[in-house]
Amino acid sequence: MDSIINLQDITFTYDIDTPRPALSEVSLEIKRGEWVAIIGHNGSGKSTLAKTINGLLLPQSGSIQVGNMDLNEGNIWDIRKMVGMVFQNPDNQFVGSTVEDDVAFGMENQGIPREEMLVRVADALEQVRMSDFKTREPARLSGGQKQRVAIAGVVALRPDIIILDEATSMLDPEGREEVIATIKKIKEQSNLTVLSITHDIDEAANANRVLVMKEGRLIDEGTPEKIFSAGPKLVELGLDLPFPEKLKAALKARGIPVPAEYLTEEGMVDWLWTSVLNK
Amino acid sequence: MMNKLIFGRYIPGDSIIHKLDPRAKLVASFYFIGVIFIANTWQSYLFAGLFTLGCVLLSKISLGFFLRGVRPLIWLILFTVALQMFFTTGGVVYWSWWIFTLTQYGVMNGIFIFCRFILIIFMSTLLTLTTAPLELSDAIEYLLRPLKVLHFPVHEISLMLSIALRFVPTLMDETEKIMNAQRARGVDFGEGNLIQKMKAVIPLLIPLFVSSFNRAEDLATAMEARGYNGGEGRTKYRKLDWHLRDTLTIVVFAVFTVGLVLLRK
Repeated sequence: MDSIINLQDITFTYDIDTPRPALSEVSLEIKRGEWVAIIGHNGSGKSTLAKTINGLLLPQSGSIQVGNMDLNEGNIWDIRKMVGMVFQNPDNQFVGSTVEDDVAFGMENQGIPREEMLVRVADALEQVRMSDFKTREPARLSGGQKQRVAIAGVVALRPDIIILDEATSMLDPEGREEVIATIKKIKEQSNLTVLSITHDIDEAANANRVLVMKEGRLIDEGTPEKIFSAGPKLVELGLDLPFPEKLKAALKARGIPVPAEYLTEEGMVDWLWTSVLNK
Repeated sequence: MMNKLIFGRYIPGDSIIHKLDPRAKLVASFYFIGVIFIANTWQSYLFAGLFTLGCVLLSKISLGFFLRGVRPLIWLILFTVALQMFFTTGGVVYWSWWIFTLTQYGVMNGIFIFCRFILIIFMSTLLTLTTAPLELSDAIEYLLRPLKVLHFPVHEISLMLSIALRFVPTLMDETEKIMNAQRARGVDFGEGNLIQKMKAVIPLLIPLFVSSFNRAEDLATAMEARGYNGGEGRTKYRKLDWHLRDTLTIVVFAVFTVGLVLLRK
């Protein structure tokens, strides 16, 4: 697999006067088709990192490569065509006056002919199961529905990379699950690269690889299993534990020996019923 | 408080008036407002009234909606009518006291002005009730297009207009939320004298402004991330279609003008 995003020693400071940069010497590589989650506490630089990838923020030093292009002022709009972003607040990123207008907005910007747009809007809305809401106004949609429309707007542009910048953080658990399931489905269909920036540990559990950020630095990376088995260390980083880990901790406190490695919910169920039967 | 406003409300429907091209409707209603000043006899006002009534009936919206549109303006209308009645001189004098005189011309003028107001309000309410705000902004953009020659920023204005329209309900919701949150903290809205009332608005206004700034920043970022790079080289998803019925509307209004002119004295 070839790499699609390549960051070398990125350093970014919002305000030159502040002592601590928002990002310091961050290097990372993301392969095509990978799902990478970036986790970290508030103010750890996750969102800043996401914005540097499509040139919304330009780092003071370091180099950014997206799909074999070195990001610079000249090709910024080409890179933005490759990278679709979904942001946190469902209301504030809804540009169009109705669902279909919003999905079409990005395509209008790229100058795609109207006939093509009609096909792609219908197609993208079908993919996020929002076809019935085509002519609805944003005020009459739920948060999860608005985020699905935002995803449709990105999907219609056929990007290579989707960045979810805390896209589920303002949703209720139901909306969150819906959005993640939608992304998962679309990713499988079109070999997308997904970079999800999140607080939500369940969202991170879907990833192939998890990167952990703290105070503007990448401090750890690995499979979700590896990162989550760190248990209490996650809490120190201001993150929540996944449910199986919480259950393990509660069992441990009651003197029941538990396996050290990370188990998914299913794995936990398997372990529980086998250990009860083996007793 | 905001529900009472009928101005700018849109009632979805599928009448012939709803289906008209918004450009035709916009041009026709502006034209009507200009042309109504031609009328100066009771016959011509009757004609204009019947014409307006016909349009209203075609829209299949109940008359009650239109009457409600008149209600907030009734004092303004009555005030103007009263001024006309008591200060116009000429013709038979019916009644006179101090500087007020009630004359034949005065009464006639008053009634005409009253009719004019009602007809204009009915027609403009008909426009907003049958045209979605978005369609209206499309129509305005199209009609402003010739101004591009004068370097008038037509694309920017229409983008601003459509974003403003899209955020009206969002900001209304937010206003409601902030008001309730401040009420929960003990702010009394609409109580006390004028100064106190104005002071009570501050805890509503400032958070609303701050959040609008944040919204604007988020929205600008999201737009840029989706490749928005100014009006150049953009295509349009929404399309306005001019049908035969739209041309006919314009023709009907032209015939209406002829009628008005003929009924003039």
